[in-house]
Amino acid sequence: MKERIPPVGIAYSGGVTVATLTYERILEDADLRTLEKTILPIVEPDIKLVMDFSSVQFLTSAALGLLIRISKKVRENQGQMSLCGIQPKIMEVFKITQLDRVFDIQPDVPAGLRAVQGQVSES
Amino acid sequence: MTTGQSNRKFVTIASNSTAVERLCSRLLAEAAENHYCEDHLFAIHLALEEALMNAAKHGNEMDPKKEVAVEYAITPEKFDISISDQGPGFNPGTLPDPRSEENLYKYEGRGVLLMRSYMDVVEFNEKGNCVHMIKYRAPQS
Repeated sequence: MKERIPPVGIAYSGGVTVATLTYERILEDADLRTLEKTILPIVEPDIKLVMDFSSVQFLTSAALGLLIRISKKVRENQGQMSLCGIQPKIMEVFKITQLDRVFDIQPDVPAGLRAVQGQVSES
Repeated sequence: MTTGQSNRKFVTIASNSTAVERLCSRLLAEAAENHYCEDHLFAIHLALEEALMNAAKHGNEMDPKKEVAVEYAITPEKFDISISDQGPGFNPGTLPDPRSEENLYKYEGRGVLLMRSYMDVVEFNEKGNCVHMIKYRAPQS
């Protein structure tokens, strides 16, 4: 039976929105639609958004497309966005597609928080 | 529906993501039974998802009247699969490189790159509506 918890949890920390992806695998169109409907509406002007991928073990190119859509809306709103906690196998997908050039990628949530708050962070 | 002889099997699935996920789970379980390592299972899973969703979404346009046909053989030596759709096909040679600057921010177009990156063989038929992929269990010299 598929889990029924929401695919993303939203929390706020020091003016930063932290979106924690809860599913191990982001696969079905329904999951992507739910993610999109949850995250896109919270992208407001000057948003500082950290997306925590530490639970995600598998994703497809459709999820990458959604991330680009989110990052575009963040940019249009003059916001900042970091991805963090990306597992090595998923990181390889980012490198193959060269999306590691597109996204600010940080090792963990604290580093992501520092990055979107404009503090120097070594990834 | 599944038919087959020896270790070559045939299955058809509906053109939707639930059917794709069910078939992926089944094929991955067979690969695991054949002792494919975690890295190989990840690679096969990703290529399968991309190829099957391409067939269902871009080939069959999620038309419930159209099916995706899959022929496969999973042995301890290799994972060998052909995936066909009922669409008009496409020319993989004209696919834009999703890594180039002008395509980097596009929402789609990375599936075939990932399939080629993670499988040892990826080849399309002339019409472009059937992809054949192989992943060898042992690295090929």
